[in-house]
Amino acid sequence: MSDNTANTQQPAGTVQTTGHAWDGDLQEYTNPLPRWWLWCFYGTIVFSILYWIVYPSWPVGDTWLKGTGTVDYTVVDKATGKEQSKEFRWNTRSLLLEDLGAAATDPQRKAMLAKVETSDYAQIAKDPKMMEFVRSVGKGLFGDNCAACHGRGGQGVIGMYPNLTDDDWLWGGAMDKIHETLVQGRKGFMPAFGLVLKPEQLDDVAQYVLTLSNEAQPGEASARGKDIFHGAVGGCFYCHGADAKGLPSQGAANLTDKIWAIVDIPALKTPPEKQAALKTFITNGVNNTRVMPAWKDRLSPTDIKLLAVYVHQLGGTK
Amino acid sequence: MSEQTPELYQKRIHIHPRSVKGRFRNLKTGILALAYIVFFLLPWLRWDRPNAPDQAVLYDLPGRHFYIFGLTIQVQDIFWLAGVLIIFAILLFFVTGLAGRVWCGYFCFQTLWTDLYMMVEQWIQGDRPARMRLDKSSWNREKLMKRGGTYAAWLFIAFWSGLTFTMYWVDAPTLVVDFLLGRAPYAAYFTTLFLTTTTFVMAGLAREQVCTYMCPYARFQSAMFDHDTLIISYDPKRGEGTKGRAKLGKGLKTYEERQKAGVGDCIDCGYCVQVCPVGIDIRDGLQYQCISCALCIDACDIIMDNQKWPRGLISYTSEHALQGHKTTLLKPKTFGYGVILTAATGLLIWSIVTRSPYTGTVEQIRQPLYTQMSDGSIRNTYEIKLNNKLTAPMTVGIRIQGLPGAVLDMDGMDHIDLAPQQRIKLLARVQIPPIQEDHEGKEDHEEKEDHEGKNDRDEVTFIIEALAGTTAEPIRREVPFYVPEGD
Repeated sequence: MSDNTANTQQPAGTVQTTGHAWDGDLQEYTNPLPRWWLWCFYGTIVFSILYWIVYPSWPVGDTWLKGTGTVDYTVVDKATGKEQSKEFRWNTRSLLLEDLGAAATDPQRKAMLAKVETSDYAQIAKDPKMMEFVRSVGKGLFGDNCAACHGRGGQGVIGMYPNLTDDDWLWGGAMDKIHETLVQGRKGFMPAFGLVLKPEQLDDVAQYVLTLSNEAQPGEASARGKDIFHGAVGGCFYCHGADAKGLPSQGAANLTDKIWAIVDIPALKTPPEKQAALKTFITNGVNNTRVMPAWKDRLSPTDIKLLAVYVHQLGGTK
Repeated sequence: MSEQTPELYQKRIHIHPRSVKGRFRNLKTGILALAYIVFFLLPWLRWDRPNAPDQAVLYDLPGRHFYIFGLTIQVQDIFWLAGVLIIFAILLFFVTGLAGRVWCGYFCFQTLWTDLYMMVEQWIQGDRPARMRLDKSSWNREKLMKRGGTYAAWLFIAFWSGLTFTMYWVDAPTLVVDFLLGRAPYAAYFTTLFLTTTTFVMAGLAREQVCTYMCPYARFQSAMFDHDTLIISYDPKRGEGTKGRAKLGKGLKTYEERQKAGVGDCIDCGYCVQVCPVGIDIRDGLQYQCISCALCIDACDIIMDNQKWPRGLISYTSEHALQGHKTTLLKPKTFGYGVILTAATGLLIWSIVTRSPYTGTVEQIRQPLYTQMSDGSIRNTYEIKLNNKLTAPMTVGIRIQGLPGAVLDMDGMDHIDLAPQQRIKLLARVQIPPIQEDHEGKEDHEEKEDHEGKNDRDEVTFIIEALAGTTAEPIRREVPFYVPEGD
């Protein structure tokens, strides 16, 4: 009760005190505990012993009491794709696996996967629900398999791994082309022109290529470079095309757009710097440095299909 | 200092409250009946709701929707629950500060179920004297029958209370059938069993022990009390007179005789003690065990009426009134609680009334922040989450505003039909044409630098509007649009 009434209205002698007095008049009541509460306390002790029996509890030497409790969870056999229920001892790891098993065998997820498997790319791209599913599952697949090189968001690394979020595709950006890239892998190649062309010629070709995307003004040097590019001496047009827009079947880059996959030209400030960087690249070419592994033996066809759609929607537009 | 060694543990003294008739008893019975009608019948009430369960009040946890008559509450609106809890807490402070333990005495489920259990007990075993006699008697046939009957009735009430509670979480008619056929979910059996047990133990066996030893509210209510709070109290000045209370003995029968002798109006009949469900003597003053059930007022009123003396020897009063002062009810505290209560209730109602039938959020995908396209244009990507809260289909359109030259590309999903209660995530790409630099090398529109000062930041506004299905206001979301660092 509130302090002002406790002293005056509590009948004298009905409640015992501990007999101690602090600060002259502070006393402590000793109300007896209800006996049933004591029994509740004993009950909790019995409960804890039962708990030790059922759940993992005490350390014993270099092991511990495992408990009699068990968890049933479903595991999907990777080789056969069959589901089987297994019984494991109760512990938090088993509970996690139980949850993961439940997610893998979730009927809604399975139904969606089946729908993606049987639909063609055009159908998937038009269906908001399937695309939502693909983005959700694809994000995990991409993170596990692709992000190590291409980055978490697919942005790549200039000079090393292509950016998958732009609209420039070395090997083609249609879904079936991306699918092909995933299945068989890719190997980028460009001859080292340092063995074929003289240094001045390399300067001229570099200058010409820069003019293609307005990184340099046309002049005498670029005119000479143009002849080399389109002539038998350089033969660049064999792969990059007469219009210099690249050839996806060879993985040859489009040289007329703003995107530089290997040499980061836009990041360089002065024209001579740009020319020098490009010259170095043309001199050395690309050999065994730009390799995309084949995934056909590592991922299931469904996973590859999901990834193809996922990667396509990163860049979109084609 | 006490000479006696204190007992460590106390054996429980069983209380056999006597029944009493009166205005407070009637009020309590009325509240009890009303509460039980609502609690036991509400799950059976149906509600016409297309594309959704037809139970008027249903807390659908697996479906993540709470249905309360015409209101459907979704997961993201669960903060309303916090609002309701805040309102209940303030209401409790407000009422307790003003009128004491009204909740304990009239509304608490412990009080209600204990009351019902006592009614059953009295109906089968008889009133206080009969029950005390039965308690003392040996286990004969009569005791076995009466106690067994009582327990069976209690168990049935407990079971039906538990099952009714479970009905609020699943479809009631289906549950009852499934429950009896043994095919209801495990959680339903567990919940029902748990509530059956607690109801039986708390209302049948533990009773006042719950209020006295378990309930935290019973203990912290003293913090809300003040001298003007309404309490149930015995008037010691009137009851004790100058020479204390006295039974109606020889020469102390009439009012005048007692006044002359100096004894008070309390005839020490003990009726107020016998009716008390927590077993205290109200004449000892305000005690923490008292749940303010007001049954002692009814008891004392009957005695006073019999004596033809004025009522009110035990009454609702306040400490100030007992000391002969005036009770002030309108205090800053009352006013403050009242204002907060009104404001919180108003806010909650406003929030519910102005709720949108759909939600839309736009989040930038920040990896990468932006992408430069082959023609030099800049693209940012966003994830849009749409949620149709209606139980009817709707069509939603998405467009952008506020960024010159920007184009929205959603692979044709910028007009989308949403099924009832459908939620979906969509991808949106926003692209602006190459940034033209003027002669001074400055870009032609204003930009702000982002936190790292690395990239320049612009803004774009997404407008998400319902095209069919509802007439609600469009949702506007302003999100950042990043462009490469200006030179």
